[in-house]
Amino acid sequence: MIRAVLLALLLPTAVLAEGEEIVSGLSQNRVEITANFDGSEILIYGAVKREAPAPTGAPLQVIITVEGPSTPLVIRRKERRAGIWVNTSSITVDAAPSFYAVSTTGPIDKILSGTDDLRFKITLPHAIRAVGSASEATGSKEFIDALERIRSADQSYRLLENRVQLVDETLFRTDVALPANLTEGNYMVRMFIMRGGRVIDSMERVIGVRKTGLERTLYIMAHQQPLLYGVISLALAAVAGWAASAGFRLLRR
Amino acid sequence: MFQLYLPIAEVSVNAILLLGIGGIVGFLSGMFGVGGGFLITPFLLFIGVPPGIAVATGANQVVASSISGVLAQLKRKAVDFRMGLVLMVGGLLGSWSGVQVFSYMSSLGQVDLFVQLSYVLFLGLIGAMMFAESARALLRARRHGGAAPVRRAHIHTWVHGLPFKMKFRASGLYISVLPPLGVGALVGFLAGIMGVGGGFILVPAMIYILGMPTKVVIGTSLFQIIFVTGFTTVVHAVNSHTVDMMLALLLIAGGVVGAQIGTLVGVKLRAEQLRILLAVMVLAVAIKIAFDLLLQPTELYSVAPLVLP
Repeated sequence: MIRAVLLALLLPTAVLAEGEEIVSGLSQNRVEITANFDGSEILIYGAVKREAPAPTGAPLQVIITVEGPSTPLVIRRKERRAGIWVNTSSITVDAAPSFYAVSTTGPIDKILSGTDDLRFKITLPHAIRAVGSASEATGSKEFIDALERIRSADQSYRLLENRVQLVDETLFRTDVALPANLTEGNYMVRMFIMRGGRVIDSMERVIGVRKTGLERTLYIMAHQQPLLYGVISLALAAVAGWAASAGFRLLRR
Repeated sequence: MFQLYLPIAEVSVNAILLLGIGGIVGFLSGMFGVGGGFLITPFLLFIGVPPGIAVATGANQVVASSISGVLAQLKRKAVDFRMGLVLMVGGLLGSWSGVQVFSYMSSLGQVDLFVQLSYVLFLGLIGAMMFAESARALLRARRHGGAAPVRRAHIHTWVHGLPFKMKFRASGLYISVLPPLGVGALVGFLAGIMGVGGGFILVPAMIYILGMPTKVVIGTSLFQIIFVTGFTTVVHAVNSHTVDMMLALLLIAGGVVGAQIGTLVGVKLRAEQLRILLAVMVLAVAIKIAFDLLLQPTELYSVAPLVLP
């Protein structure tokens, strides 16, 4: 009896909570890096689909993350040795994202519970550790903190609180500016909706970032035919050197 | 505006800034007859180009300015080809080993330190020597009322007692091949690790160690620098894929124009004045880098991509 009442009480909320789903879109799903590439702004938008009226109580919150391709890294620390500053200790991180932006509808520590952050690896510390177990050197936390600090300073890692606009607990949108020093690869866009700190639904989309045109040709040649590439670089230098001396000789006449 | 994405360096930089850097370095190199690599690498590091790419692409830029310079010197018959070839053989050996050391130091994470120490050591040494010598020459010129001191065709030193002698007609020398080989190897080594042509070392070494007449020194130095930096460029391109053609093209475009203007200005200055200016500049770069090593950096940590061996 008691169990039945409890079930009856719990069921509608559970159904309602699971009854909210994300429908989403991106302004573009590919970014082309051309020679004059100067960053790009991506519009990420979506709506919450419901079968029933929106539940009352904890308000709906949205978090959107954009994650660049991960690469292995070495983080080094300098110390003073014999009067000069030298790299002395280092740790390697198996994989850290080259870009990571978190946009939210509110202060992240208020709208997201610690357990769900850990489960979905949303905030930056979890995102870095998620993809690579940092080799446990002494004080590896300081190294990871330094990575966060350095990459936040050059705008590669960003926390954009209150930057997702949410209308009527249904429509949401945000703009994420991709920086000019973008690396190639697939950028993962993840969207989470939550209530009371718990994630109700999530969705993933991918933005492909590719070099195109001359950029791509040069990059591929440099890696696949390095000797030819080196020789062409030399030839260009030789021609430019010769042309300059010939050109100025004409000018002086 | 005018931002340019560099395909290899994977950074976006201002094209006008690069042309400007190329132009300034070219101007100085045209004025002093050095490649200017020792300036271009620190400049590139300063605007955020990764060290490996700065070094390799700097070498590529020096090729262009040296070719431009050597063509000008060729007209004056001021190139000693035989000496250039001997220097080159040493240079290629040195360059190859320099690139190996560079790769090894990269894997240890000490490449920045190594490059910086090389800069401080060599620029400091050469700058101080040149400064002392040209200051003396300036004072002497003033005392003698501007008359240049009487000089012999070349000065005999311990170098002239070594075996394996060879005739270098354009330089009017009959000396052992060992010192030119050694000087060439040292310069090639520096080209490999610092991305410099080594003109700032080669020129004084040819005058003071080999005793070559000043007339043929610049042309011969540029001649051998072409090959050493060219070789360095290719080795870096093959070993570490660090030559950025786009970056090189902009630097070259600015550089060749700057070089021609520099040459025009250089003609108006006296030789001692030129040398003392060059010495001051070389010393300034050395002191700047020394301070970077001695002062506590604001960020003790650095992040680099992991290079798998």
